[in-house]
Amino acid sequence: MKESFDILIVGVGGQGNILFSKILGEAFLNEGYDVKVSEVHGMAQRGGSVVTFVRAGEKVYSPLVDKAQADYIIAFEKLEALRWLEYLKKDGIVIYSDYEIPPMSVISGKSRYPDVDSILKDIGVRHYKIEISSLLMELKNPRVQNTIMLGFFSKLTGIEKQVWERAIENNIRAKLLDINLRAFEMGRDIELKEEELKV
Amino acid sequence: MKRLMLGNHAIARGCFDAGVRVATAYPGTPSTEITEYISQYDEIYSEWAPNEKVALEVALGAAIFGKRALCSMKHVGLNVASDPLFTASYTGINAGLVVAVADDPGMHSSQNEQDTRNIAKAAKIPVLEPSDSQECLDFARRGFEISEMFDTPVVLRSTTRVSHSQSIVEIDERKEVDFEYKKDVEKYVMMPAMARKRHEIVEEREKRLREFAETVELNRIEEGTSNMAFITSGISYQYVKEAYPDACILKLGMVYPLPEKLVRGFCGRFEKVYVVEELDPFLEENIKVMGVNNIIGKEIFKRTGEYSPSFIKTSIEKCKLEIPYRVDEELPARPPVLCPGCPHRGVFYSLRRIKNAVITGDIGCYTLGALPPFNAMDTCICMGASIGMAHGISKVSDPSIKTIAVIGDSTFIHSGITGLIDAVYNKSNILILILDNITTGMTGHQDHPATGYNIKGEETRQLDIAKLCRSIGCDVVEEIDPYRINENIKRINDLLEIPGVKVVIAKAPCKLHRRYNTTLPGRYVDPDKCKNCKVCLTLGCPAMSYREIPDIDPNLCASCGMCESLCKFGAISMIKE
Repeated sequence: MKESFDILIVGVGGQGNILFSKILGEAFLNEGYDVKVSEVHGMAQRGGSVVTFVRAGEKVYSPLVDKAQADYIIAFEKLEALRWLEYLKKDGIVIYSDYEIPPMSVISGKSRYPDVDSILKDIGVRHYKIEISSLLMELKNPRVQNTIMLGFFSKLTGIEKQVWERAIENNIRAKLLDINLRAFEMGRDIELKEEELKV
Repeated sequence: MKRLMLGNHAIARGCFDAGVRVATAYPGTPSTEITEYISQYDEIYSEWAPNEKVALEVALGAAIFGKRALCSMKHVGLNVASDPLFTASYTGINAGLVVAVADDPGMHSSQNEQDTRNIAKAAKIPVLEPSDSQECLDFARRGFEISEMFDTPVVLRSTTRVSHSQSIVEIDERKEVDFEYKKDVEKYVMMPAMARKRHEIVEEREKRLREFAETVELNRIEEGTSNMAFITSGISYQYVKEAYPDACILKLGMVYPLPEKLVRGFCGRFEKVYVVEELDPFLEENIKVMGVNNIIGKEIFKRTGEYSPSFIKTSIEKCKLEIPYRVDEELPARPPVLCPGCPHRGVFYSLRRIKNAVITGDIGCYTLGALPPFNAMDTCICMGASIGMAHGISKVSDPSIKTIAVIGDSTFIHSGITGLIDAVYNKSNILILILDNITTGMTGHQDHPATGYNIKGEETRQLDIAKLCRSIGCDVVEEIDPYRINENIKRINDLLEIPGVKVVIAKAPCKLHRRYNTTLPGRYVDPDKCKNCKVCLTLGCPAMSYREIPDIDPNLCASCGMCESLCKFGAISMIKE
C-alpha cells in the first residue's frame, strides 16, 4: 500500500470532477487512509477551468495540494493537463484524456489550441494519454469518460478492484450504474504504457 | 460511523444533532449546501427566504419563541442581514441562534473578499471558526450551547476551503431542546429606553465571554518539538500544520472575543510568534491591542486571496518554491462562460447591438455578459444594485444615453423590488431587463418565490413578477422570449424611445435545470450550405468550435436554435434522429 496520494483532478466545469473525487475519496477512506477532498462550486463551475484536490495519507492536514506536490494530475480535458502542470512534483505522472474542449478565445480565433502531446514530451513529464473518443463510441455514452479514467487510474493505486466498484455503487444512481461499471472495466483494460519522452 | 463529509454538510448535521427546529437562508456560494442538506431533515423546518435580512428575522423569531434556529449566508449576505444582527445582539435570544457565514477568500464566486470577523466584532457577537468538517459539526453544536449560555447570537464563520472540503467525521444523535417563550418587553422591544439598558448588558456579556474564552476547549495549545510558534485558526491552521508539523500552535476555535491571558502566556514563551490568518489582520490587531508585540503577521503574509502551506513556508523562510515542470508558452485562458443553450446568451447578443447604452448589471450567471464576446455590461456591485444605479445614471446623463438595468429573477426579488419602487416614484427613465430563468441559477437551482415551489419541492403560491411590476406603477411591463434575438433588438430599441420606467421580462428556464429539461437532438452544420461567414460563432456558444468551418459538438449542444436563427444560408438544422 502506498503511503500517500496527492491528486489533482482537472477539467472544464460541468465535466463531473466532484463525483469523480467523491468516489476516489470514499475508496481511500475504505482502505483506511485519512482523506481530504477540496471542491469548487458556483461561478467557477460554469464552463471554466476547474480543479479538485484529493489527498490521502496517514494524517492529512491541508485539503489543498500545493504546487510541486501532486503525485498525479488526472485531466478530463487535454489543455487543462497543461494548465495545472506547476502542481506536479518531480517525477509525478499526468494522466489525460485526449478530449478537446476549445476555450472561447480559440473558437473566436484569438488564440491557438496548443499541441499538448508534444509539449509534455518536450518538458519531459511522465504521462499516460487515454484515447477516449473510440472508447466512448463503443459505450455509446459520452458521460462516462470519468469512469473510464477512474478504471485506468485505479490500477496505479494498489487498491483492490472491489473497493473501487463498491465506491462506484455507493455514488452512482441505479439507472446509470451498469454503464459505469462497464466503463470502469474498460478503463482497467487499457494497457499501462507510458508515452515515451524525448531524450 | 466514520464518513467523508463536506464542511457544509457537517454544519447541517451538527445543527440536526443540536435539535435545531428552524433553518433559513438565501443561497450564496460557498454557504448554500448547509441549507440544502438541512432541507432533507424532516425534523427541521427550512426555507429559502427572499434575502438574508428576512432569513435572519425568521430565524430570530423562532429562537426568541424558544426553538433553536440557524440562519446561513455568504459573507456579503451578512451585510444585508446586518440590520437585524446588530440589534439581535441587544435583545439576545432565548433558544440558541447560530448565524453561519461563509467567507470566500480568493473570490471563487464573489464580488469582494470582506472578512466576517470584523462585522461580528462590531455587532459584539462571539465568533467560532472551524478548521475541518469534524469541527464544523462540533462547533455548530457548541455554538447553540454558547448562544444560550450567554444569551447572544453566535457567528459560525467558515471559508470556502472549509465549507467545500470533505473530511472525515463521526456523527452523533439528535437531542431535542425546548425553551419557553415569555413575553418580555424590556428585552425584546428595542425602543431607546429599553435599548440603553440592553447595551449595558451586552458590554457586561462581552466581559464574561472574554473570561469564557480563556478556558473554553475550542481554544487549545498544541505543543511542538521545534522552537517555532504560531497563533492561527480556521483553514490556516491546517496549512500551518502541513508546513510546520513540529511547531507549537495556539489554535483558536473561538476567534472573538480573544482570550487575553492565554494569548499573553503563549506569546511570552517565545521570542517571536507568527499569526497566520487569511484576509484581514483580525487576530493580529486584537492581539497587538493587548500590548503583545512579539508577533509577526501581515508584514510578511498577504491580506488578499487564499493561503497555502507553501505560501506560509516561503513567506517565513523568504525563499522560492521550486517548480519542476512549467509550460513556457502562454495557454489560452478558460474563464467561465454561459452554458450552451443559456437564455441569457440571447439577451446579451441583443443588448450588444443597442447603441448608446449604459448597462448596469447585477449578481448572477448573467454577470458573464460583461465578458467577450458580449461586453454588454458596465457595472456589477451587489444584489439589486443594477436598478438603483441605472436610475441614478439616468438622472445625470445626457438624454441620448439609454440606461438599461439587467437583473435576474431571484436577485430582483432579493433586492431589486425596492429599487424599482424608487425609480417609479422618482419618475425615472430607464429600461429594466429581468432575466427570468425561473430559478436561482448560479448557486445551483434553488427555488424562490416566483418559481412556485418551496425548498422541499412542494408547490406553493407563485409570485407573478409582471403583475408586481404593474402594481408598482411601471409604464411598460412586457414579456419576451430571450431566444428571439432579432425581434428583441427591435423591441428593446422601440421601448427605449418611450419615456418612463419600462420592465421587460425575458423569460425562459435555465437549460441545466432538471425540472424544465427537455432533451432535443442537437444542431449540426451542413458543410455544403455553410458559406463560412462565422456569424454563428459570434454567439460565443461553447458547443461551437471552428476547424475549416464552424462545427457543433452534439454532446454539448442544447438545441436552443439561436445559431440556426442567425444563419442566413440555412446551413444549420436539427439532427434528424
